[in-house]
Amino acid sequence: MKTLQIIRTAYRATIEEQDDTVVWITRAMRGAGAELDVLLTGDAVSYAVQAQDSSGLAFGGWRQTQPPRIAGDIAALLAKGVSVYYLAEHAGERGLEDVPLVQGVQPLRRAELPALLGRYDRVWQW
Amino acid sequence: MQTRTLTFVLMDAPFESARTTTAMRLLDIAARRGYQLNVFAYEGAVGLTFARQAAHPNAAHGRDVHEENHPLPRDWISALMESASRNGGALRWVNCGLCVDERGVGEAIAGAARGSPTDLWQLAEQSDNTLVIATK
Repeated sequence: MKTLQIIRTAYRATIEEQDDTVVWITRAMRGAGAELDVLLTGDAVSYAVQAQDSSGLAFGGWRQTQPPRIAGDIAALLAKGVSVYYLAEHAGERGLEDVPLVQGVQPLRRAELPALLGRYDRVWQW
Repeated sequence: MQTRTLTFVLMDAPFESARTTTAMRLLDIAARRGYQLNVFAYEGAVGLTFARQAAHPNAAHGRDVHEENHPLPRDWISALMESASRNGGALRWVNCGLCVDERGVGEAIAGAARGSPTDLWQLAEQSDNTLVIATK
């Protein structure tokens, strides 16, 4: 059963969770043998940006020592054989056309979306 | 007629979103049809089965705790489990264990189990279909 995970909502409690919870569960299920790929849409196309850095959070004497490392988590998905796509138009609308992205993520044009969806038994939108 | 098996993934915390009520409506219809139902509660949704949810009076409504009859998701879920069973099906509820731990809501109603993403994948594989209702 091949499933496409569509991630649209971005940075949903990533500071508290130290990751994106959908990227995390995708990685965990992949480890259990699931056949999964990921499509980043909307603001979540930012997850493909290589240079993002959310470190440095501090409240009083409390310091976050393990911030989320979303780009690294995306790279880890790719290393596990998960294909990661991002909607090119959404990246362009957000000024990310010429920004270095995680190596291996694949752009997808809106017009190519129906064909991509047709390759999966299930589509889960998060 | 072939028994249908459906898996739902819920993510919203209780008392925060109408999506939860909608999910319960869908579960209610399926339970009355005798379907085999699975719910994987992820992130805030693990609070839906927290056993210590408590009804309260509401002075603005002018009602005491009994009159107010405050809706509690844990009661909805117990009722849905009973309904599914009564109609020949079942409602299996699995909470993401790490999500439970970080929220301290380990005290769950009867019938709510602790699990992991592997459980979600296995439930989905055994199902005719899976619906994700995510926090937005």
